Amino acid sequence: MNFFEVVFQPGIMDIIVKMLIILVKAVVVVGVLMLHVTYATYFERKSIGHMQVRLGPMQVGPHGLLQPIADFIKLFFKEDIIPAGADKPIFFIAPVISIFAGMTAISVIPFFNGFVIADINIGLLFILAMSSLNAYGVMLAGWASNSKYSFLGSLRSSAQVISYEIAMGLSLVGVMMMSGSLNLSDIVRAQERFPGGFYWPQALGFFVFMVAAFAETNRTPFDLPEAESELVAGYFTEYSGMRFALFYVAEYVGMILMSLVAITCFLGGWDGPFAIPYVPFAWLFLKLYFFIFLFYWIRATVPRYRYDQLMALGWKLLIPLALLNILGTGLVKVLLR
Amino acid sequence: MNPYLFGYLAAAIVGLSAVALTRKNPVHAVLLMIVMFFHLAVLYLGLGAEFLAAVQIIVYAGAIMVLFLFVIMMLNIKEEIEGERFTGGWPLGISLASGLFLLLIIMTGNVLPGQQGIYTAQVIASQTDTKALGSVLYTQYIFPFELASLVLLVAVVGAIVLAKKKLR
Repeated sequence: MNFFEVVFQPGIMDIIVKMLIILVKAVVVVGVLMLHVTYATYFERKSIGHMQVRLGPMQVGPHGLLQPIADFIKLFFKEDIIPAGADKPIFFIAPVISIFAGMTAISVIPFFNGFVIADINIGLLFILAMSSLNAYGVMLAGWASNSKYSFLGSLRSSAQVISYEIAMGLSLVGVMMMSGSLNLSDIVRAQERFPGGFYWPQALGFFVFMVAAFAETNRTPFDLPEAESELVAGYFTEYSGMRFALFYVAEYVGMILMSLVAITCFLGGWDGPFAIPYVPFAWLFLKLYFFIFLFYWIRATVPRYRYDQLMALGWKLLIPLALLNILGTGLVKVLLR
Repeated sequence: MNPYLFGYLAAAIVGLSAVALTRKNPVHAVLLMIVMFFHLAVLYLGLGAEFLAAVQIIVYAGAIMVLFLFVIMMLNIKEEIEGERFTGGWPLGISLASGLFLLLIIMTGNVLPGQQGIYTAQVIASQTDTKALGSVLYTQYIFPFELASLVLLVAVVGAIVLAKKKLR
């Protein structure tokens, strides 16, 4: 057997081809995601600006369209300041953990029928596992910065994320019961029987999930970890330059991830009222833009919660509601059988 | 499971645990343990136990270690780092532990394999591991399952009693 026969055995070729396909898919998804993150910041500043009767960014490019690129260049060339007394390795790794957790979870989301980077059986559990890691990035950033603002912000955030994770996991149990699967593609296919998706038979679960999603991504009205008036910028107060940008990107990736999970589990994923030719992912992206807008809309509308109200809402309202939803779904399933 | 992958995972799990034990900074020790849990999850994945792998990350890495970190972050780390890493009794502890380990190695030769049930690797793979686990857990083993949940409920009630300042 010569060299070529060893290298180009059918088995090895198959594995290499599979790996290449996964790699290409991952590069496409990360590229599209990064583009969305960049312009989500622009979209946020524009929509909140107009809601407050301002124009938002206008200077860089027509209607400020090049503003995100200017922001990126500025952040990239800024000096990277590490506070004295910081725990350096942890200070460096914290933003990476944050961004890793969000981006890895996106790999199991089906963008259209048959297009998913990792089509695994435990997709929904994988997303819950990865989003539970998000707390580490925030906690470690706050602790390693050796600053009281960062530390208080990170303590608030970890308590918040742990509390709302329970409600989020329980709100998705109804979806698992109705679709009988944890695979996200199967969940989307199970929703074909319900026009629009699971959002109306699972209205309670959808409500609990959305509230928990806002809390998990630290967005208004639950943005206590970074309450500007009390904590400067919360857990990333001491971060600057590229490391700050990583946290910023992680926040938007988190928002996009939560929107994608909501769409996949409750709004029928890639499915729409009618098929759009040649663009199978059109419906998913339209729904995604709506959810991103919803995040901004709520930010411009409601004030911030107080900390004890936040905890009471999570433990005394959302978790019982999610449990009630599981009970109800189970009863209906048994009665209809 | 690929023997090379298993070898790497086993070595990494043992190595990371040893390094975590010897850290003076408890936060670093917790982080190394989380990395160790990830290796453990991959080990479960290689054995075809997807559900267990996901739960390993959600429960251990995602919940229990977060609470550990929460408590440790409240400590005064600077004092912790100054002090000795181990208490005086560590030689006794190590000899006891290695004695137990030796006993375990001697006993592994005498383990009898259990009888083969209907859940072979192929059946589990076709049904998905989560479904197979659920259908056995909620039918055949419902009593031990309910017993375990009762024990957990007692723990929850205990935690609330401890946390409440005044009981009326």
